[in-house]
Order: sequence, then C-alpha cells, then structure tokens
Amino acid sequence: MSKFTLVGATLADGTVANISVADSRITAIGNQVEGEAIEANGLVALPGFVDFHTHLREPGFEQSETVLTGSRAAALGGYTAVHAMANTHPVADTAGVVEQVKALGDEAGYVQVQPIGAVTVGLEGKQLAELGAMAQSKAKVTVFSDDGKCVSDPLLMRRALAYVKSFGGVIAQHAQEPRLTENSQMHEGKVSTELGLAGWPAVAEESIIARDVLLAEAVGSRIHICHLSTAGSVEIVRWAKARGIQVTAEVTPHHLLLTDESARGYDPVFKVNPPLRTAADVLALREALIDGTIDIVATDHAPHPAEAKDCEWSAAAFGMLGLETAASIAQEVLIDSGLSDWQRFTEVMSTNPAKISGLEGQGESLAVGSVANIALIDPQSSRKITDGGASKSDNQPYRGLTLPGTVIHTIYRGEFTVRDSKLAK
Amino acid sequence: MKHLLSANDLTRENAIEILDTAIEMAGVNDREIKKLPTLRGKTVVNLFFEDSTRTRISFEVAAKRLSADVINFAAKGSSVSKGESLKDTAQTLEAMGADAVVIRHYASGAAHTLAHSGWVNGSVINAGDGTHEHPSQALLDAFTLRKAVNQDAAGAGLDGLSVAIVGDIAHSRVARSNLTLLKTLGAKVHLVAPATLLPKGLTDKADSYSYSLDETIDSVDLDAIMMLRVQSERMNASFFPSEREYARIWGLNQDRLARLGENTFIMHPGPMNRGLEIDARSADSRRSLILDQVANGVSIRMAIMYHLLAGGAE
Amino acid sequence: METRTVLSASDIDRAVTRIAHEILESNHGVSDLVILGIPTRGAVLAKRIVSVITRNENVEESQLLGQLDITMYRDDLALNPTRPVGVTHIPNDGIDDKVVVLVDDVLFSGRTIRAALDALNDFGRPKAVQLAVLVDRGHRELPIRADFVGKNLPTAREERIRVHLTESDEQNQVVIEG
Repeated sequence: MSKFTLVGATLADGTVANISVADSRITAIGNQVEGEAIEANGLVALPGFVDFHTHLREPGFEQSETVLTGSRAAALGGYTAVHAMANTHPVADTAGVVEQVKALGDEAGYVQVQPIGAVTVGLEGKQLAELGAMAQSKAKVTVFSDDGKCVSDPLLMRRALAYVKSFGGVIAQHAQEPRLTENSQMHEGKVSTELGLAGWPAVAEESIIARDVLLAEAVGSRIHICHLSTAGSVEIVRWAKARGIQVTAEVTPHHLLLTDESARGYDPVFKVNPPLRTAADVLALREALIDGTIDIVATDHAPHPAEAKDCEWSAAAFGMLGLETAASIAQEVLIDSGLSDWQRFTEVMSTNPAKISGLEGQGESLAVGSVANIALIDPQSSRKITDGGASKSDNQPYRGLTLPGTVIHTIYRGEFTVRDSKLAK
Repeated sequence: MKHLLSANDLTRENAIEILDTAIEMAGVNDREIKKLPTLRGKTVVNLFFEDSTRTRISFEVAAKRLSADVINFAAKGSSVSKGESLKDTAQTLEAMGADAVVIRHYASGAAHTLAHSGWVNGSVINAGDGTHEHPSQALLDAFTLRKAVNQDAAGAGLDGLSVAIVGDIAHSRVARSNLTLLKTLGAKVHLVAPATLLPKGLTDKADSYSYSLDETIDSVDLDAIMMLRVQSERMNASFFPSEREYARIWGLNQDRLARLGENTFIMHPGPMNRGLEIDARSADSRRSLILDQVANGVSIRMAIMYHLLAGGAE
Repeated sequence: METRTVLSASDIDRAVTRIAHEILESNHGVSDLVILGIPTRGAVLAKRIVSVITRNENVEESQLLGQLDITMYRDDLALNPTRPVGVTHIPNDGIDDKVVVLVDDVLFSGRTIRAALDALNDFGRPKAVQLAVLVDRGHRELPIRADFVGKNLPTAREERIRVHLTESDEQNQVVIEG
C-alpha cells in the first residue's frame, strides 16, 4: 500500500494543509510530511466525487461504453464512485445482473461501481422487479430506477415507493409523462416551433414530479427525482421540501449550461432526455442548486456510438457524455459565478449523492480516519474540450468550449487512479 | 448562395432575384423549345424519402429544362421503419458526382444535416423536411401572388399585401416557409387555426393571429388567403374532434368566399381535401390561384437551380 | 489608369443613325425585319436604332424591337459568380422566316454572339441573322463577323472598352482604359 502526503492542498473550507494517506485511509492532516511528498500547492482537495447517474452500458451495449472505459472516464473526472444505471441488456432487474456489474467495477478498479436496479421487469413498467433480491445481493442495491423510461403507472409507482421502505431503498424517478412526449424531439417552445421538431413540454416532467412527491408523502417514503430540467420542476420540489416530503433532486451539468438554442444546427449531439431547456430554466436550476432545493449534480453520462449520432436529428439517440466535464461545470456554476463555495460544491458532487444511496466509504469529509477517496483539482487552469476523452464514445456536447478547472489527481481508496491528469494505471 | 434549406436563407434581394429569374424561366416554358443549355453537364439528384410525385416531377422537369442530368432516388425507409440511413444514401450519391441534391425527407432538419455534415459537396435544395420548411413552395407562392396582384412585377416585393394562412400551422412546413418569406418580402401575415394547431413560436412572428376564420375575414382586408391541407392523422391525435367540425369552423366555403373581398386571391399548396379545408366552389372560383401555383412550380424551381448551380465560386 | 475617349456623344449618334440606314438599305425596308438588342447596352442601342427607323418608315417600335438575354446560353457561367438573368422579349410575330438583326455594343471574342445564335435557335428559324455593333475591337475567338459596324477600333487585348450610354450611364461616350 502506498504512503504519501499531499503537501499544501487547500481544503473546501479554505484552510491549507498537508494530507497524509496510508493503507487506504487518511492518517493525518496538518503540517506533517509522511511518505512520498506530493506537491499540491494551489490545488483544492475534496472528497472524491460520487456520480448518482451513470450509463456504463455494460452488459449489452459494449460498443458504446464498458464498465472499464466508463470507470476510467469517471476517475479522470475526479470520481471515486458511480451509480450504474439499470438500462443495460439484459436489464439490471435481477440479482445476477447487478452482481455482474459490480464485479466488473471491482475488476476495473478505478472507482466504486454501485449498480442501480430496475424498478420494473425489463423497464417495461408492468411488474415490479425483484427489488428485495437485488437489495440483498452482493451488490447491495439501494437505488432503483427505470431511468430512460418513466414509471408512469401511478399504482405501480405507489407500490414501489412503499415496497422499498422494507429495506431502506429509494426510487429514482425519470419524470416523463409518456403520452405527452410521444415522438418528442426537443424542448417545446419557440425554438422547437421554428425548427419543426416535435416539442417536449415542460409539463410532461412537472406533472409526474407533482404526482410522485404527493405519492411519496402519502406513502411516507423517500423519492429521488432524476435530472430536473425545468423551472416548474424546481418550484414543485421546493414546495415539497417545504412541506416536509422526503424528496431529493438532481440536475445534470448540461442542464446547468446548455439551452434549447443549441438545437438550431440540428446537431444530434445536443439531443438529450430530458431535453435542453430555455435560459430561464437554466437560471432557475442554478439557483436551486445553490439554495439547496436541488441536492446533487449527476452526470447522466450517456455514451452512444458514432452511428447513433451521425444522422438526422429524429433518428438520433438521446444522451451526451458528462463524466469528465461535470466538475468544471459545477465549478463554473458555484465557484466562478461567485455565488457559492467549495463546501456546497462538495455537498452536491460527493456528500449528498453518497448519502442518498447510503454508500459507505464515499462522500466522507477529508478527516483523519476517513477512507482516502480524494479529488484534487486546479481551479485556476482551464482547458479546451476537443474530444470524448476516455469514454468509448464521442458524443461530446462541449467540443470547442473552454471549461474552467482541471482534475489533477484522483485517489481511490488510498491509491492514485489519476495522477497529473493522466490515468495512473 | 450554395444551398436553399430554409426561407430564412433568403434576403429580400435574393428572393426578388429568384422571382425575377422565374419570370424569364416562365417565358422559356411558354415557347416551343422549352430547354436551356445552362446546366449542361451537371447532375441533379432527386432524393425522396417521402412520396411526393408532384414535387419530384416539378424538380425533375425544372432540372431537365436546364439541361442537367437527373437521377431520381426514391429511398426506402420511413419515420416508422428505419431503412437506409441518410448518410449512406448521401455518400452513394456523392460517389455519383451529384452537383445538387434535392431532398424530401420526413425528418425536420434532414436537409440541414445533409448540407452541413460533409457527406456531400454539392448544393442541397430542401424540397420539404418534416414539419420544418418547404422554401421552394414559398417562393412559388410568392411568385404566383406577385404576378396576380401586379403583372409587371420585376424587382417588386409584396409590400403592403395582407395574407392569411389558415389551417394546420403547427405541422405545416409550407406555413413556416411562407410566414418567413412573406414577411421578408414586406407582406403582412395573419395566422388562423384552432388553438391546438397554432404554436406561440409562430404567432410571435406573424402580424396577427386568430382562432376564428370568420373574425379574420370580417376584420382584415385580405389580398390573399392560403388554405393549408389538413391531415386526418391530426384528427386521430385529438387536435380537433372531427372533419365536419373543422370544415364548419375553419374551412373556406361558399359563405366565407362571398364575404371575402372581390380582390382576395385564394391559394392552396395542394393536394387539396375538397370539402374539408376548402370547398369546390372556392377552389375553382375566379379568384383561385391554385392552378397557377401548380403551373409556376417548374419556373421557380428552374430559377432556384439557376441561382444555386449555374455560377462558379464567388 | 489612362483613359482616352474614342467616340464622343455625337460620334455615337452618327454611328447609330448610319447603322439604322444601312440596315434599311441592305434589307430593302422593314418588312420581315426584327431587331433584337442584347442586354444591357445592346438593348439600348437597338432601341435607338429602331427609333431612327420608325422616324423614317411606317412601322411601330413594338413590331420591330425586341431583346434577347443570352445569360443562360453563356459558355463561361461556371467561371464566374452567378449572373443576374436579363429580360428576353421577342416581338409578337416571332422570328420564323424573319431577318433578325442582333445588336450589341462591343464585338470582341464573338462568344456572346455565339450564345445569341444558340438562343435564337430555340426561338425559331429566322430567314437570316445579321449583326450590328457599335464597336468592333478585334481579337475574335470564333468565326463571327459583324454586318454593321459603328467603328472599327484596333485595341490591345488587355485594354478595356467602356461604352457609356445615358439610358444606363451618366453620359454618351466610348472610352478605352489601358
């Protein structure tokens, strides 16, 4: 096991200290230098990031991504844990599949891969999957989601919310009323009308969120809302929280940065579910992230092979990459904007997602005795995005943009997975 | 100009130049030898992912009258069953050395994607993409209207004219292109449709809009009224309850025809549903320009091809 | 750049009048005659020629005068940016079995006239085609010659001839720039 000290790192609260690591744990924080001294002057040291919403595509869609390539992208983005979404092939709706995904994650060894189980068999929205079996499997699934599809049947949703209470699970809802979004291509508004692309109304998301927070209240259950994208959704979640409903919510980096104007060139790299919304929505999401209405930033990293995007808009797949750029966008929204601080950054990128899924050893504050999951970023530098990075896919929406901040080192359980912005193994 | 993808690509000057050229092309179409050597040696491909015999023939005749070689390519596939990919088809055409691709596609933006993807080097002419645009139709409508209101029209726009577009505005590529081009040429545009078929993004661009055809007829002094084709699939998707109700409230019929001004021209991009959005008496009335619209299609498409294909690099 | 006037306003007037009379003389009057100007300045000259003729003969301008745009028959379209298309107008009786006099301002390579002959071919079968030009500057690239010439003007190939006519320009004159 390595023994090293990060010298002169800045912590989230602004203090500068040396952080010593040995045997996968933080052994000291102060003026000490133990083991190899690693210069960290000017770098911000934060608990390793935890992504709550990652599509690793394996098993079934290995042409897009594998657990290995997705894990590498995650490590390069400062992550030490990711939650692997269930819409694989076969669907992660049995103990066997979730255990397989976890085993692949352990084998890759770059980040902790925590599988998410499907709510319904085959994501078909008809019959509950064996949630208990997945919870009790070696994968210890706590988060269940049909992401990519909405659990639209209200009765089924009610039952799922209640059932997962039996083992402390949480349902992560992809809020999309299916009838209101038949053949929908992009946010319904001025731009969709001009482009002649079938609209995706905000109310299709908001109506499901409203229904589900009320169901959660009625059942006395927790609920997590995936990828909030509209100002109206923010209002509903804010109302629900004020009412004491146990709701948590996530926002993706792309919904914090991009708008429906991006669709004007019909470049399918900007085709995503939920769709990019208006500038007013972006503003509302940013405010909600800062004021605590939205709990976490989750990537919804969704790799697709070239042929799924190299075509006309309506034939293209939904989704975009996100693991290697999320921290930069969170920095832009929270830090560079001057509106928030690194402590909030830590909450939304690490502490809160770990807490929602109850992931042990992740999202712990950097303190003596904590598991040494650490991300070090240089907030002063910036980089021009040119490609899809370590992902197997290339659907990079930020190509050509210059984003602030660079992940310099990622330490997972006391070992470097990324060192000097390069994979360490 | 390299491509014609949208009515937004046309400045007032461009548009008027094309309309003026079409006057000369119409002269060619009136003479015994209806052929010009202008595009000799050029290859025009009609790439149709959607059946539209009239539009395809119109482009085909236009290209042939300019002496271009024409290849008709009816691609398999539809929005329902994905067939041949646009990219593979485009690259096949590129290998044939197409100087221009006339594309009709069920997907909005397909023409734009084809023009900007790097799959083909030639010009791209949008002959209708999904529910987005149909710029050659808008040009031929503008040409027809300009000629009807002012026979000696070279150099003129449509300044001060008032035009109503009535029907399924939301799903109509003809409405989008016409709204833009009519505004570019100085006309006032009034949109009329049931509220389910009248999206805000388009009403914002119009001079006025209304849910009542009667109100528009009674309150606006119209130079022309364009009736749009209503597709029965809209009824099945609950945009309106029945054909009968649609015809009663938004159809052009004898009674409304009588209340229109003596000088209001009647237009329809075709094909018509007689008895639904327009009754036979209105379609065949003295003020109807519907047959002129059909007749002018070839001239305007010749003019478009001339402007896109005849010249060398700027 | 050196500019030198080679035809003054009155030189142009005299040349137009003389060409008009030569056309009448060589065709024994105006029966079966059609005069087609090639836009832009050829059409202006044709109109001037016809106005001389209508002063002397019992004929309406509209029976005699037309214009023939040759843009779409050019052989150099692809070598230049797109050119605007000019107006073509043929008198009502057409050109079949008529003597067509083409009128242009400057005869140079002969390619414009080649295009005009092609265009005429698509309108009918004239009995004969004649050519009137204000200036013949030489340097022919095709076997074409003018029947009626205002002035023969030996030039160097790189020199430019500019014809100014008040209908489209400020004054009446022909200058050489070189």
